Amino acid sequence: MTIESILFYVLSAGAVGSALFVVSRRNPVVAALWLIFNFFCLAGLYLSLHAQFIAVIQIIVYAGAIMVLFLFVIMLLNLGDERRLVEGVTPRKVVGGILSIAVLVELWYVFLGTPSIQHAALGNRATEIGTVEHIGAQLFTKFLLPFEVTSLLLTAAIVGAIVLAKRKLD
Amino acid sequence: MIESYIPIFIMIVGAMGFAVVMGKMNEFVGPKRPSEEKLSTYESGMEPVRSARERFSVKFYMVAMLFIVFDIEVVFLYPWAVSYKLLGTPGFITMFVFIAVLLVGYFYVWRKGALEWD
Repeated sequence: MTIESILFYVLSAGAVGSALFVVSRRNPVVAALWLIFNFFCLAGLYLSLHAQFIAVIQIIVYAGAIMVLFLFVIMLLNLGDERRLVEGVTPRKVVGGILSIAVLVELWYVFLGTPSIQHAALGNRATEIGTVEHIGAQLFTKFLLPFEVTSLLLTAAIVGAIVLAKRKLD
Repeated sequence: MIESYIPIFIMIVGAMGFAVVMGKMNEFVGPKRPSEEKLSTYESGMEPVRSARERFSVKFYMVAMLFIVFDIEVVFLYPWAVSYKLLGTPGFITMFVFIAVLLVGYFYVWRKGALEWD
């Protein structure tokens, strides 16, 4: 077994295990902390796929910024007594379980029907496409307009956040 | 290929190991003579009355939202900084425009007083 496949199995086990912890913990803050662990495992998986930029973004944006937002939402909601969230088997849960299994079967079916993407169009270039240098060179030349429009999108996000929150404050 | 990440891996393991060893060493080496009074939450402070879990002000959430937006800005700065030499002057101008548009948002936040706490 190569070191890559060992890494893959370790990181995947970590990701699946921590994801199970996220959904099974009673304390929402503990669940959020397990989610951070999950994000780091995913970042490792991206690295092993030579997608360095995505790996870095995963840590900066998801483990950094999005998790802060998650924790703040947990604190804003003030769940307090977590036992209130526990309920028995309800019709909603049964339907949800059936639907989840249906999605799993569908995904399985699609994956089985998809030929391996490893040797498709990318070939050996796959290792260089995910690097930060390559993304930078493409983003600021070929995809310049989408990049500049992103700044407008972010400004709109800032204004939206202020307008929504400020009304409550004043 | 994957071998080139070994220094980063060693650094992560070293950092986590250092934190765990220091925390645990304190637990084992430090003297412990617990008493009921010492174990209370604030030994010589006020008696805690309620749960520490209280509803937070929406102000915290607004700061978090602004943090995310400017964090995403950093995400774009990162590949730009890496391939800065390759891009040259046009690259500098593109980033200047990008930052200029976001500065408008920043000044909007500033003028609206969202950075003020009260």
